[in-house]
Amino acid sequence: MKFAVIVFPGSNCDIDCYKAVEDTIGQEVDYVWHTATDLSAYDAILVPGGFSYGDYLRCGAMASYAPVMNEVVKAAEQGKFILGICNGFQILTEANLLPGALIRNTGLKFRCHQTSLEVVNNGTAFTNQYSQGEIIDIPIAHGEGNYYCDDATLAELKANNQIVFRYAGDTNPNGSVENIAGISNKKGNVVGMMPHPERAVDQILGSEDGKRMFTSILNAWREQHGAAING
Amino acid sequence: MKAKVYVTIKQNVLDPQGQAVQGSLHTMGFAEVDKVRIGKYLELELDTNDRAEAEARVKVMCEKLLANTVVEDYRFELEG
Repeated sequence: MKFAVIVFPGSNCDIDCYKAVEDTIGQEVDYVWHTATDLSAYDAILVPGGFSYGDYLRCGAMASYAPVMNEVVKAAEQGKFILGICNGFQILTEANLLPGALIRNTGLKFRCHQTSLEVVNNGTAFTNQYSQGEIIDIPIAHGEGNYYCDDATLAELKANNQIVFRYAGDTNPNGSVENIAGISNKKGNVVGMMPHPERAVDQILGSEDGKRMFTSILNAWREQHGAAING
Repeated sequence: MKAKVYVTIKQNVLDPQGQAVQGSLHTMGFAEVDKVRIGKYLELELDTNDRAEAEARVKVMCEKLLANTVVEDYRFELEG
């Protein structure tokens, strides 16, 4: 299986994503610059965190029009696995690959700490190694992670089981609607989340609960391709 | 021709920055401030004299990039 980590000017979690793929599942992974116009070689695309284009205008707004994003849209249509983390989530919403928007945290603070996430949907290609309702320990680091969507969109997200992660209990750090921390598209092959699973892949980092997102993706890919399942 | 573009947060979307500024104004004694909403102002110099065309194209710029219509409204004026 082959992963791409997209790199925009201002991305800063690209190395973490690259290393997480190497260290958790040992699959091939390449950095792909934002000007690339061909992603056909890749099975999964990671859109990493950071401050693409300095967060000018709106977080993720300009990155969503980078040349590589046409290819990310095509890959999404082809059913490839796409995971946007933090600024990557903001970029995927700006690119209309995911509904809603990420706005300023209600407390106005940049929040950088561990969070408890509830796995709301373990039926996705990104979460199949978690139990339904499991509480996992994954860090956040964002100033604009307050997920907003209108009531009609929220009803649709619920009806289609598109809410993937919620901040557990009363720990909502940013004011997100219904404690939403991560969502998928209707088809389930595109997921965006504010917390950083790539920063939680070893106890030395404080948690290894993010590891199973990567093993989940590999399992989903192997199931699709009739290969042995990674235990 | 010049376009002046105003991007504002939709009324039903919380503006925590605006609330913080309102709090400061209250602290300063401006108790009459009921609400503050913070937006963006952009000036675009356009290399065209065709007003209708400029209007149509600035609208597309706003819809696609300058505003996120999930959470923001926009309006613009053309000058010159």
